[in-house]
Amino acid sequence: MKALEITDLCTRFGESVVHDHVNLDVERGEVFAIAGSSGCGKSTLLREIVLLQKPASGSIRVFGQEILGLDEESALSFRKRCGMMFERGALFSSLNVIENVGLPLREHTVLSGDLIDEIASIKIALAGLPENARFKYPDELSGGMRKRAALARALALDPELLFLDEPTAGLDPLSASGFDELVNHLRHALELTMVIVTHDLDLLWHVADRVAFLGEGRVLGVGTMPELSESSDPLIREYFYGPRGRAAREQAWKQR
Amino acid sequence: MRAGIEIVDSRISLVGEWTVTGVPDLEDRLSGLKTAELGSIDASGISAMDTAGAWLFFRTFGKLSLEVSGMKPQHASLVAMVSSLGLGGKGKSEGGDFLEKLGAWGWNAIREMRGMVAFVGEAALVLLRGRIRWKPVMHNLQHAGFDALPISGLLSFLMGIVIAYQGAGQLARYGANIFVVDLVGLSMLRELGPLLTAIIIAGRSGSAFTAQIGTMKVTEEVDAMKTIGVSPTEQLVLPKIIALLIALPLLTVYADIMGVLGGMIMASFNLGVGYTDFIDRFGASIRLSAFLVGIGKAPVFASIIAIVGCFQGFQVEGGADSVGRQTTKSVVQAIFLVIVADAIFSVIFSVVHL
Repeated sequence: MKALEITDLCTRFGESVVHDHVNLDVERGEVFAIAGSSGCGKSTLLREIVLLQKPASGSIRVFGQEILGLDEESALSFRKRCGMMFERGALFSSLNVIENVGLPLREHTVLSGDLIDEIASIKIALAGLPENARFKYPDELSGGMRKRAALARALALDPELLFLDEPTAGLDPLSASGFDELVNHLRHALELTMVIVTHDLDLLWHVADRVAFLGEGRVLGVGTMPELSESSDPLIREYFYGPRGRAAREQAWKQR
Repeated sequence: MRAGIEIVDSRISLVGEWTVTGVPDLEDRLSGLKTAELGSIDASGISAMDTAGAWLFFRTFGKLSLEVSGMKPQHASLVAMVSSLGLGGKGKSEGGDFLEKLGAWGWNAIREMRGMVAFVGEAALVLLRGRIRWKPVMHNLQHAGFDALPISGLLSFLMGIVIAYQGAGQLARYGANIFVVDLVGLSMLRELGPLLTAIIIAGRSGSAFTAQIGTMKVTEEVDAMKTIGVSPTEQLVLPKIIALLIALPLLTVYADIMGVLGGMIMASFNLGVGYTDFIDRFGASIRLSAFLVGIGKAPVFASIIAIVGCFQGFQVEGGADSVGRQTTKSVVQAIFLVIVADAIFSVIFSVVHL
C-alpha cells in the first residue's frame, strides 16, 4: 500500500490553472520532495493533501484511503495521523514552545499533564532545540529555532506522514545543513514518510529519496536526483543547470 | 489493541500498542507499579511503539536494572534514542506574591504614562515641523468619518426616541408637554450627541487604529518604514489625529440632528407636540451656546481617541495575542478618558455658568 497516491488532480483559481492532471505516488518510509519554481503550485498541492484547500477534481489517497470529501470526523482522525510544518512556523504566539508542542497531545489524548510535558520535551530535544528554549515564546526565538519548534509540534502525535513546507527557507547555511541531518536522523529513528516542498538544492541532493518536479501545472519529472538531473525537459534543465544548481550538483557528486 | 501489562510472579509482560493513542490507561497502572518486586521484563508482546510509548517504558523501567527480553530491535533503538535525549527540570512558575505583582503593575502604569506623554510630545513635534500627508488623512476621513455615518446616526436617533419617551410620562403629569423640546434639545446637543459619537468612534476606529499599527509592528512594517526614512508618526499617527479632529465634530453635528429628529417624532407621537410647535420651541429655548458647548468637546474627544488608539498600537510586542490585548486596552482606555474629560468639562462649565 502506498503512503500517498495522487491521481488526476486539477486545481483552478478562477481562470488560472494551477494543477492540470497531476499524478504522484509516494512509497511508505520514503522522503519525497516536491520541487519546482516559485508559484508552480507546490505549496497548494501540500495544502490540498492536508485538507486545507479543495482541488477542483481528482483523487488523493493516503494509506489507501480517499481523503477528498471526508466528513468532519474522519477528517479529524486523518489529521491526527499527519504532521504539518508550515513555512513560517505558524507557532501560536500566546503559548511558549513546550505548550505549542504539547497542544496536539492535550487536544487529542487523555494523558496526564506531566507526561505530556515530558513527551513534548522529547520532541523538542529531538528537533534539536536546546533545553532552555522550551519556556520561550515564539517571538523570543530566532528563525531557525522557530522552524525547529514548528517541527517538534508537527511530530507531537508521532505522525506516520510528515509534511514539511520549505523547511530550510530563510535559514543560514549551517542551520540548513543541520536541518538536512535532522531530517535524516528523524526518518531513521521514527520510520516516517515525509513529503517535503522545497527549493533547497542541497536538501534535494542529500535528503530526498525521490523528487517530483512540478511546472506548467503538471509533473514534469519524477525520480532520484541523479535521474532527474539527466532529464531532457528544458524547465528541469534550467532549474538544475543554472549557476546555483550546478554548484550543488557538483558538490553532491564529489561526496558520493 | 491497547497497551497493557501482565504480571506473573516477578515477570512482567508488556503487550499491545505502546503508542500515544494506546497508552492512556497504562499511565496510572505503571505509576502504581511496585517496581521493587519485579525481576524481568518480557517485551515480546509489544506490537507497536512510538516515542510516547518509548518514553513511558523508559520512565518506568529505565532506572531499574532489569533483564529485558524479546524487544524488537526498532523498538529498542527508539527507547535508546528517547533515553539519550536528557530531560531537564520544570520551568519556573510565573508570577510572584501579591506585593511583587502590585509593584510590577504600578511600575508598568508609570512607564506607560511616561510613554504616552512622550508619544504626545513626538506627535506635536512632527505637527509643528509641518509636513502633513493628505492622502492618508483623506483615507482615514473616509473610514473613520464617512463610513461611521449610518451607525452613529441610527444610534443617536434611537437615543432621541428613548429620551423623549422617558421624559414624556413625567412631563405629561404636569401638563408641561412642550418642555420635551428642552429636554431632548439640551441633553442631545450638550451631552449625548458628542459623548455617544465619541464612544462609537472609540469602539469603531480607535480599535482599528490599534489593530492596524499593532499588526504593522508585528510584521516589521513599522521598522521598514523607519529604514526607508519615513517617520511612522508622520505617516501613521498624524493623519489619524487630523482625520478624527475633522470627522468627530462633523459626526457630532449629524448625531445632534438625528437625535433631535428622533425626539421630535416621539414627541408628536406620544405627547401630541406637533413638528411645527417643536421647531418653534426649539428655536426659542435652545441657545446657540448649547450647541457650541457640545461641538467644542468633540475635538478633545477626537484627540483622546486617536492618540490612545495609535499609542496602544505601538505598544504591541510579539504576536497576535499582544495585538488583541492592546486593542482591548485601547478601547477601554479611550472610552474611560472620554468620559473623564466629559466630567471635567461639566465641572468647568458649571463654574463659568455656560
